[in-house]
Amino acid sequence: MHLKYESVIREPLVDGNKSYHQVTEDICATIENKPTKLWTIGFLISASLLAFGMFSVTWEVYWGTGVWHLNKTIGWGWDITNFVWWVGIGHAGTLISAILLLFRQGWRTGVNRAAEAMTIFAVMCAGQFPIWHMGRVWDAFFVLPYGNTRGPLWPNFISPLLWDVFAISTYFTVSLLFWYSGLIPDFATLRDRAKTKFRKAAYGVVSFGWAGSAKHWQRHEMLSLVLAGLSTPLVLSVHTIVSFDFATSIVPGWHTTIFPPYFVAGAVFSGFAMVQTLLVITRKVLNLQEYITIGHIEAMNKVIVLTGSIVGVAYLTELFIAYFSGVLWEQEAFRLRVLGPYWWAYWAMMTCNVVSPQLFWFKKLRRNVWFTFFMSIIVNIGMWFERFVIIMALHRDYLPSSWSYYTPSWTEVGFYLGSFGLFFTCYFLFAKYFPVIAIAEIKFILKTSGENYKNKMTEYEEQTNEHFLEEQTHHH
Amino acid sequence: MSIKKFAVAVYDDEAVLFPAVKKVRGAGYKIHDVYTPFAVHGLDVALGEKESDLHIAGFIYGITGTCTALGFMGWIFTTDWPQNFGGKPHFPLPAFIPITFELTVLFAAVGMVLTFCYLNQIMPGVKKHIFHPRQTDDKFVLVIEVNENTAKETETFLKTTGAEETNIQVAEADWWFGRFDKREDYEIQEQLA
Repeated sequence: MHLKYESVIREPLVDGNKSYHQVTEDICATIENKPTKLWTIGFLISASLLAFGMFSVTWEVYWGTGVWHLNKTIGWGWDITNFVWWVGIGHAGTLISAILLLFRQGWRTGVNRAAEAMTIFAVMCAGQFPIWHMGRVWDAFFVLPYGNTRGPLWPNFISPLLWDVFAISTYFTVSLLFWYSGLIPDFATLRDRAKTKFRKAAYGVVSFGWAGSAKHWQRHEMLSLVLAGLSTPLVLSVHTIVSFDFATSIVPGWHTTIFPPYFVAGAVFSGFAMVQTLLVITRKVLNLQEYITIGHIEAMNKVIVLTGSIVGVAYLTELFIAYFSGVLWEQEAFRLRVLGPYWWAYWAMMTCNVVSPQLFWFKKLRRNVWFTFFMSIIVNIGMWFERFVIIMALHRDYLPSSWSYYTPSWTEVGFYLGSFGLFFTCYFLFAKYFPVIAIAEIKFILKTSGENYKNKMTEYEEQTNEHFLEEQTHHH
Repeated sequence: MSIKKFAVAVYDDEAVLFPAVKKVRGAGYKIHDVYTPFAVHGLDVALGEKESDLHIAGFIYGITGTCTALGFMGWIFTTDWPQNFGGKPHFPLPAFIPITFELTVLFAAVGMVLTFCYLNQIMPGVKKHIFHPRQTDDKFVLVIEVNENTAKETETFLKTTGAEETNIQVAEADWWFGRFDKREDYEIQEQLA
């Protein structure tokens, strides 16, 4: 006899009285119903932000990067701040789908689809910044190692900026493949339920003709497992390489070996915060509270308090090492961070990233939806300031005559707003036309972790160990 | 194209499916395929399927990526266009690691997904026969290939395995290019007959 058993002490991952069919009904409902007013309004706002962003970028390309308020010392400004911020956000999805898969964390199934989608959109947003920063963007393909008539002259393969090109594009591709391979069976579900001709044809194409054969599922499981194994070091490598952009330079405040682990922790921290922001709203609007439960939210808040604390320790270590190194320039760089012209950014970062997430040590607050939503915004503001603080470290270089104070121009702000437009436009389309929760994966854990199935586990709970073992070893 | 006749049994739970598979195989029937809405663990073993070798393919693709990256960068830096970057060596292995790693992962992932699609014969525009409209929802469908003589007897046998529904279908056993919103010729013929 086939039995899936999990202790009743563990919180159910799917609430309510669910059957396999009910799971399908619940998750497909949004896709099959007409878009709501709220969705239409949200979508239009996002699309107009995107349009404004496109205008700002067009302006920048037409007049050149001179329209940005970059100066002699601040060469990266808001642009690269936003790049690093978005890449960081794009870390939670693959962490949830890959690392938590390897660690067999059942709760990932409720949130992985949306988190992965968010990852892909965030990486898309991130990619915009370095590309448009090139100014002569029509020459952007110069970063690729292709045969050319200039020698051939190749890109510098030992430059961290080129590593970034490879890391971000690989990360985007692999995340997309991972996400899409999981979507294929769910698209097949939508296809077979479709009532209208167009929907049937469209989901027929995107489902690749999936029928659910046992052998295909076996390969699908293998594919997911190996992709998870590949993505796990990939997630860690991407932000490590982003941190190399800074760490391999010989700039006081940047040239530190702590950067890779501290960037990765920060990335997971901000990524989970963004997942919370989106899912707290998504579960409410799409009525998915039974699949994205308070338990899921609490689990993610635990990750936030852990990574937030790691980031906090990293900030303090940086300060200590600057003091302990005895290097004048290093000490001055950190004195300026804390007390210099950009002191407000440093303290905003400290408050949002280190102090406020500590409130998540209280179980009551971890399980409070509104508090979680509020905190998720705070964390993302904090993480934005972290990147801003690092990039602004250059405002005083070795030549006092070039010292300056940088503020962004409207095109830089517009570009940043535009990236929100891109992100949310994609997310709104995703939430309407894609299964927001991995249908097949929820069904897979339903009998172990569904509330109504867990309630039936008492008879096994009461068995003696010997009896239980005896019964289980003679499975099918 | 190979249009064949199939005896189909529909089960509503994997707990019913497992004993049924055992019984069907025990009685000497050859199972054409079993369709499930999600990955049912242990079903491949129950069906006597071999373990997938997809991971071996993945390893080979990965190694290809490693060699491509190291070989290409090494060739460029030492042979094709040697340059002096701040007096660093022409084959700086540690500095090659990031790109080598990324290409390893990229080759392995892309290669595996393409192999996965090839082995399963799936791609956009491919159509396969769906034996039960809810086999991707909550039904577990077991299919046995039959001929004129064995159809009746097989269906009767399937009824004894706990199936909630059994039937005989004429269907294309393979895939073909088609649209899911269109009915196929054989489906229409079947209805007329």
